[in-house]
Amino acid sequence: MSENPSKMAGAMSAVARAVIPVILAIVVGGIIILAMGKDPITFYVKIFQYGLTGTNWMRSLVLMAPLLVIAVGLIVAFRGQLWNLGYGGQFLLGAVVVSGFGPALFAVVPGPLATIVLLLGSAVAGAVWTVVPALLKARYGTNEIITSLVMSFIGAGVVNLLIKGPLKDASQPIPQTKVLDSADMLPDIFGTKVHLGFLLAIVIALVFQFVLSRTSFGLRMDVFGASAKSANHVGINSTGMVFLVFALSGALIGLAGGIDVLGHESYQRANWDPHYGDAVMPFVFLARLSPVAVVPLIGFYSVLATGGILAAQQTGLNVDFLLVIVGLILIFMTITEFVTTRRALGQSYMPVGLKRSVTGLFDSITRRSNR
Amino acid sequence: MTTLATTTTGIISLREITKAFPGVVANDQISLDIVSGQVHCLLGENGAGKSTLISILAGMQQPDSGTIEIDGNAVAITSPKVAVDQGIGVVHQHSTLIPAFTVLENLMLGDPSLMLDRKQAIERLDELSGLLGATIDPNALASELGLGQQQQVEIAKALWKGSRLLILDEPTSMLTPQAIEHLAASINRVKAEGLAVIFITHKLREAYAMGDCVTVLRGGRNVGHISVEQLAKLSESEAQNAILAAMFGEDLAKAGDDAAELAGATAAVRETAAIDLATRKVRLELHDISTRGRGGDVDVVDVSFTVHEGEILGVAGIDGHGQSALAEVVAGQRASITGTVIFDDGDITGKGVLERQRLGVRYVTDDRLHEGTVGSMSVAINLVLKRIGQAPFWKFGQIDSKAVDAEARRLIDEYDIRTPSAATRAGTLSGGNIQKVLLARELTHGARFVVVNKPTYGLDLKTVRLVRDILIDFAANGGAVLLLSTDLDELVELSNRIVVISTGRVVGAVDNDGQGTAERVGQFMTGAIEGRDR
Repeated sequence: MSENPSKMAGAMSAVARAVIPVILAIVVGGIIILAMGKDPITFYVKIFQYGLTGTNWMRSLVLMAPLLVIAVGLIVAFRGQLWNLGYGGQFLLGAVVVSGFGPALFAVVPGPLATIVLLLGSAVAGAVWTVVPALLKARYGTNEIITSLVMSFIGAGVVNLLIKGPLKDASQPIPQTKVLDSADMLPDIFGTKVHLGFLLAIVIALVFQFVLSRTSFGLRMDVFGASAKSANHVGINSTGMVFLVFALSGALIGLAGGIDVLGHESYQRANWDPHYGDAVMPFVFLARLSPVAVVPLIGFYSVLATGGILAAQQTGLNVDFLLVIVGLILIFMTITEFVTTRRALGQSYMPVGLKRSVTGLFDSITRRSNR
Repeated sequence: MTTLATTTTGIISLREITKAFPGVVANDQISLDIVSGQVHCLLGENGAGKSTLISILAGMQQPDSGTIEIDGNAVAITSPKVAVDQGIGVVHQHSTLIPAFTVLENLMLGDPSLMLDRKQAIERLDELSGLLGATIDPNALASELGLGQQQQVEIAKALWKGSRLLILDEPTSMLTPQAIEHLAASINRVKAEGLAVIFITHKLREAYAMGDCVTVLRGGRNVGHISVEQLAKLSESEAQNAILAAMFGEDLAKAGDDAAELAGATAAVRETAAIDLATRKVRLELHDISTRGRGGDVDVVDVSFTVHEGEILGVAGIDGHGQSALAEVVAGQRASITGTVIFDDGDITGKGVLERQRLGVRYVTDDRLHEGTVGSMSVAINLVLKRIGQAPFWKFGQIDSKAVDAEARRLIDEYDIRTPSAATRAGTLSGGNIQKVLLARELTHGARFVVVNKPTYGLDLKTVRLVRDILIDFAANGGAVLLLSTDLDELVELSNRIVVISTGRVVGAVDNDGQGTAERVGQFMTGAIEGRDR
């Protein structure tokens, strides 16, 4: 009982630390828009309009499905302190399994079975692409940030080769896959235009929240993430853990690609890359690597992104301005983290010299006013 | 060329130095004078504030309040560079030499000039070698030196810029009895040159033997000072009583004889009961165990020994001579490339940590913070860390928090772990309580054999006593202990037999039966290490 207030305070501060950077980013983003001679109020109001009102909220939820699954995939890897930055390639490979093999498979296999096979195929494709970074990490301790990133470029190249080569729709002048029949796409949730993938994403978030926080596997992964030395000490198989965590992460991100094509895109063009993972990254950290806590944050970004494209066009801004806001969130998140950590440690967050001159300044002012 | 140009017969005086960290006042209005030509002993338990005071003098920390005066002038030591410019040199407890560099390169590291002047540096090293009474080969790699010689190089480094004050932070903690005598001779020569020396120790007999005056810190305060005149008048036992009274205050009566012994007032003697090894079953047997290590670790080479039921087998050796590899290979964390490990007549060479854990082989690591515990997790989780996924704590793969909490509360009571609650993050506990968490976890639930690596390193004296008693009890109740330690007194106090390890090989074994064990162990260590390069 006695711990409840402190738990509440802890939760409140976690929420505050997640929300403050977002608010600051919106404010500073507004100032930048103002400096560019455009109207920030109109921009933000239009984002709200095009992202939420009318039936627009459904478009936001459709976008949310792949974003959320990618976010959970990143969370799994990051909780194990494995920095899987190969999400780009893993996502595209997962997508190309559905877009490339889907049309042929649906022609010969009953719909539901084909759907399951294709989505599993997406997950496997994403997982397979993590084997090389996992092997190098486990065997030689090679930095997985570099290897997974490089594998991502290779993956994107492979996807392009496939779409321009064997998987190309011969009837189209530009390289793209055959368009999936709309009857074969994931069905909409009753009464909406939101496909079943959204529900699947929510279920994945809930399941992984449980797995990570309540099961022995989740705890082993957290121990491994906290300290590889401790993991070795308590008898956790580090090599197996690296492969497993990497594969889980890649599988989820690949699955996100499959869901996006099968639920929304219906075909894949060469060089198509929505860069979902880049956008999701800051929110994963804002949610403190919790699969459930990331849901509202991803929801927020989905509205921002859905409404933002039209809003940017109408305000006369570049669509890429959305990435500026995401970048600002990252910067303010880092600053907020730094300040709160220093405060928790009872340290000043200013360099010693700066602090001395600043406090000195204030001292002289207060002394003067006291006189 | 004058040897120590900046030296004056002055006084460095600290006035009301206060430094607080969150939750603890490390230094509370400490005032003391450091006089040139004297060895000033600074005594106190771990956590008494010695290190903080030193880092303030060395410019690594800034005091919250208080002043430092050198020759009557107030000086703000705002950075290590200022400390060096003021002639304050520090020899830290652990080597700060770069192993891959030669002695000369190590000494010239702090040289601010654009071009390195080797000739002048060699001249300076010659001067200092003469001063210290040591012969130091300028072109030897730091990694090739014995520990005693490394320390001489560290002292030379501290005196490099013509020091007025030499600070030695627990310089004897890693040395053999023979090397300590060398060090004492060097300190006397430095003192004779008119330098001030601060000598930090927690061993009373060293303080009396080497110090001209003594200051005792407790809980961040200066609780006792014995001046030069007073110390000269006191006999050794009178001085020790005075220091003990200051160190322990009102706790002295409670601690009783233990206090004197823990504070290293007397030479250590064995405290465990003698056992007849012939009648005891062999619990653990190593046959020609060798490892192939990762990175810069020292491996063990052809190590063989037996540990009997009820026995504490000590392993003596300088830190980093293969102790971790030995502990890990016994615990199952590291594979051996040759040899066999026999436990209770069964071959466990191929078994991993979890299987050995189930058989009763346990390991209390010396890296309590980063290996033994996960600081960001609760005390309760840390107490069941080696039983993740096992009943009764996990049911159908899901954690049963009630069972974990019940076990945690049982162990917290049994081992008197001071923690606000079982849900407190383990990283916030003091070092002593973290060690209790480790001991509780390892010695519960069917432990038959435990490897402990430096079990009392960095702990306060009361916890040291407690940890040693726990180990003695464990052995007396039929357990077996492999005790790896760099503290000779500890080994002599606890072990039935002591083997000496050097560069991964067992170089000698000593039965701990009566006087002179420490010296015999020291001879093995010296023969193996110092002998090579002297």
